[in-house]
Amino acid sequence: MGAFIVRRLLNYAVLVFIATSLAYLGAATAFHPKDMYLHKNPPAPAVVMYRELDERDSNPDKPVFERYAHWVDGVAHGDFGKTWDLDSVSKHFSISVWVTVRLVSVAAVLSAVLGVLIGSFQAVRQYKVSDHSITFASYVIFAMPVFVLAPFLKLIAVQVNKAVGGDTPLLQYQGEIDPNATGFFGQLFSRADHLLLPTISLSLGLIAFYSRYQRGTMLDVMGSDFLRTARAKGLRKGRAILKHGVRTAVIPVMTLVTYSTITTFAGAIITERVFGWNGLGSWFTDATNHADVNSVAMITLFSAVLVLIAGMLSDVITAVLDPRVRL
Amino acid sequence: MTANLVARSGSGSAARPAGSPVLSVKDLHVTFGSEAGDVRAVRGVSYDLHPGQVLGIVGESGSGKSVSAMAVLGLLPDNARVTGSVELEGRELLGLSDREMSKARGKDIAMVFQDPLSALTPVFTVGDQIVEALTVHRRLSKDAARERALELLDVVGIPDPRRRFKNFPHEFSGGMRQRVMIAMAIANDPKVILCDEPTTALDVTIQAQILEALKSAQELTGAAILMITHDLGVVAGFADRVSVMYAGRPVETGAVDEIYYRPRMPYTIGLLGSIPRLGTAGHGRRPLTPIEGTPPSMVDLPDACPFVARCPIAVSACQAAEPELLPAGPDSHPSACHRRADLESGTIPIDEVYPLPVIPETSLDAVPRAERQPVLEVKDLSKHFPLLRGAVFKRRVGTVKAVDGISFEIREGETLGLVGESGCGKTTTLMEILELVAPQAGSIAVFGREAANLSGRERMEMRKDIQIVFQDPMASLDPRMPVGDAIAEPLRTHGWSADRAAARVSELLKLVGLEPYHAARFPREFSGGQRQRICVARALALSPKVVILDEPVSALDVSIQAGVINLLDELRAKLGLSYLFVAHDLSVVRHIADRVAVMYLGRIVEIGDVASVFHAPSHPYTQALLSAIPLPDPRRERERSRILLPGDLPSPANVPSGCRFRDRCFKYASLNEAEQVKCRDEDPTIVARPGEADHATACHFAAALEVV
Repeated sequence: MGAFIVRRLLNYAVLVFIATSLAYLGAATAFHPKDMYLHKNPPAPAVVMYRELDERDSNPDKPVFERYAHWVDGVAHGDFGKTWDLDSVSKHFSISVWVTVRLVSVAAVLSAVLGVLIGSFQAVRQYKVSDHSITFASYVIFAMPVFVLAPFLKLIAVQVNKAVGGDTPLLQYQGEIDPNATGFFGQLFSRADHLLLPTISLSLGLIAFYSRYQRGTMLDVMGSDFLRTARAKGLRKGRAILKHGVRTAVIPVMTLVTYSTITTFAGAIITERVFGWNGLGSWFTDATNHADVNSVAMITLFSAVLVLIAGMLSDVITAVLDPRVRL
Repeated sequence: MTANLVARSGSGSAARPAGSPVLSVKDLHVTFGSEAGDVRAVRGVSYDLHPGQVLGIVGESGSGKSVSAMAVLGLLPDNARVTGSVELEGRELLGLSDREMSKARGKDIAMVFQDPLSALTPVFTVGDQIVEALTVHRRLSKDAARERALELLDVVGIPDPRRRFKNFPHEFSGGMRQRVMIAMAIANDPKVILCDEPTTALDVTIQAQILEALKSAQELTGAAILMITHDLGVVAGFADRVSVMYAGRPVETGAVDEIYYRPRMPYTIGLLGSIPRLGTAGHGRRPLTPIEGTPPSMVDLPDACPFVARCPIAVSACQAAEPELLPAGPDSHPSACHRRADLESGTIPIDEVYPLPVIPETSLDAVPRAERQPVLEVKDLSKHFPLLRGAVFKRRVGTVKAVDGISFEIREGETLGLVGESGCGKTTTLMEILELVAPQAGSIAVFGREAANLSGRERMEMRKDIQIVFQDPMASLDPRMPVGDAIAEPLRTHGWSADRAAARVSELLKLVGLEPYHAARFPREFSGGQRQRICVARALALSPKVVILDEPVSALDVSIQAGVINLLDELRAKLGLSYLFVAHDLSVVRHIADRVAVMYLGRIVEIGDVASVFHAPSHPYTQALLSAIPLPDPRRERERSRILLPGDLPSPANVPSGCRFRDRCFKYASLNEAEQVKCRDEDPTIVARPGEADHATACHFAAALEVV
């Protein structure tokens, strides 16, 4: 088992390196940071421009592989280069990543739990009105992209605030926290208030997605012999379904849930933009807008690491949940 | 009423109904709502079950036997409407809430299900699942529950319970899992144990073990057992009373001897006549009497005897009203037949209810075996598979010796039965033969031609002569292909024109007892037996000389099975076919085969003509196998003593040294030290029995022993 994990991790390191290198080379070829300077109004002096481009390791006069080698060398020494405004990439990352973590953590856990519960509930009440309505709602959510859903939520918030009235709006939808909030509970409340709408925007799609899968696997389990055995032993229906049914049906769904949950942490571009959170998603769009190769490479590196962690974790979780696949 | 009968017949030794019944079911009806209309799955079932008594419920699929048991437990789906009365020690169970019913389930009434492979939750250890059965009904400390669970595992015969306690269901064999089910069922000393086909999914030697385990579990708890099965053999030896169900109703009920020796309902008579029997003396080609037709649909049943369409002695009264379950005479048991009086008085002799089909003789039967041409010769055939480990990096950790050096030959017009339990290498043998290429080791020759030396073209030609019928007719026909196309497929593959093929398809359909217009229909429009006939027609399309039959009747109901067996017998005679008949059911093989080969762990341990092998089996495994088969004959069943083999079939990846049967062999255990060394060190070769023309055994200490 130990040797197996070491071998997997080595594999992963190679994969992360390849993915990040490809992203770097792609971005370095596609982006033209020099044009950005040339289109500035008023234009920056050539000396300043070249100095800054050199500092960002993005001087188009240098061959791309030379820039790449320089970047790899830096990364090997823990230096990820400079962003478009000459800030340190590492520093920017260490700030943005926590913004994203604060934004998506609640949504990730909530959608996993609710998705599994709602899916199971639907399976138990298959073809009843509740099952049909949840299915219908899921498809409505599937049909609605986040860039529609998020502004739509905002619109509702505005109406609610109008209806409620008062000095400060009841539902907040811009940023992480009200800078004027004071005291531990005041700040906590303000954070929760700001988190409400983005969390709904992130969760709805995931819940719809997970619950469809859970409903399917749960339906297979509902007719299974071992559930009948559990009830024949004297377990009540609800308890038998929860202990023997959900526990078994959740195994294949967990692979999916783990994977999507972990990769959510790579940033939620649209939700972050709409609700004004400066997380990885916002950073990524800014970086592409400013032809910033180093930032794009950094975010790709992080995403690659997340994908591989997700893969590893979902294998481990499956092995923990399902004795049949233990090594 | 039945109570008197039981006392009079004096069958069995189990407790006589004394006092009040523990479980009393009266006029139980179960109806399922469906789009086609109400499905009346159970239509009036009544029985009393007394402490320590075993009631067998016999019937074919769809007769309502399992549904009635689930109704007693209150475990039917929500769309079932249950009426009538189910009383447990005088307390009405129907209409109880799930909460109250749960208190009785598993405590007073326990259940053992058919398929032990899926009846245990895969993600919990067996120990935890037994502990759960205990703690759900009473307060027990963790240690006390564990001790009790270990005790239960020991009681049902699981070796090394302490270690096995922590194992998961997938680490157990089918038989062991069924033992765990029994352990859970008896955990709370139930008053009634419902067994739904508890041994159907198991091999015959394991079945014998499980029935024994059930019997001792019953003795231990004094519970009454309701045994649901389609196997008339299992009931004969196990039950005190039998109830035969047809179309949702009991059609005959009484003491076990009454039902088997004095049946008073044509359906029961038909069932008993349609099972092949081990015990028939001589070269047993007594044709079986199949029950024609299929059971009626349970939607909109008319007020007529539901069996009328299949009954050979039906009269107009049978169309007019459904018969009541009444005794046929003053000292007879109840049966539901308008002609029960005629059956009772002997006006209609029981043996003549069903016309005996005539199976034609073939001219080849007159030719001595030695003078006939061999059609299939297999010599020292081996097939070993590498055993691999590792998900990412595969490495070889062993060898599975699926087939390990077997030899046999089949001559013209002859049927060789190949029998053995699951995992013994039967199917691998077939696949090797059908591939018609050089095997890993040994040789395969068809009509004297080595498969190894065939060119691609010759091999294609050769395939015409050797065809196969598979076990499951539902799975082996493409559901989206009209059966005519399915039968024509081999013809078209071998270059027949569409017109010629169509003509041949009509001919074939008639040959197997179907109609030419059936060609345009899809497989789902046929019953199981008819589908198997279609598969036979497909196999016969190219007029093969050898047909390989891989468990051709084991997926079919008994009454349907008989029709297919008779058809195969008839075709063999008509077309001069040779069969390689693979089966785990020795009674079927006894009925249809001329010669039989018994396989164990990749080897043939005994081979010879059926009469010698079945009447004087000389390998201990054959003896145990034959002895494990329950006979549909209560008196003989009571007199028999069984040879019970310990343990499960070893894995072919880990074959014991010397004789591969020795660690389960009862004879080995009785040998002295010097003799045991021989079994341990020397792999026995298969040698002819002295003084017998066609009988060979692979045992150092072979000796004939009559067990049937």
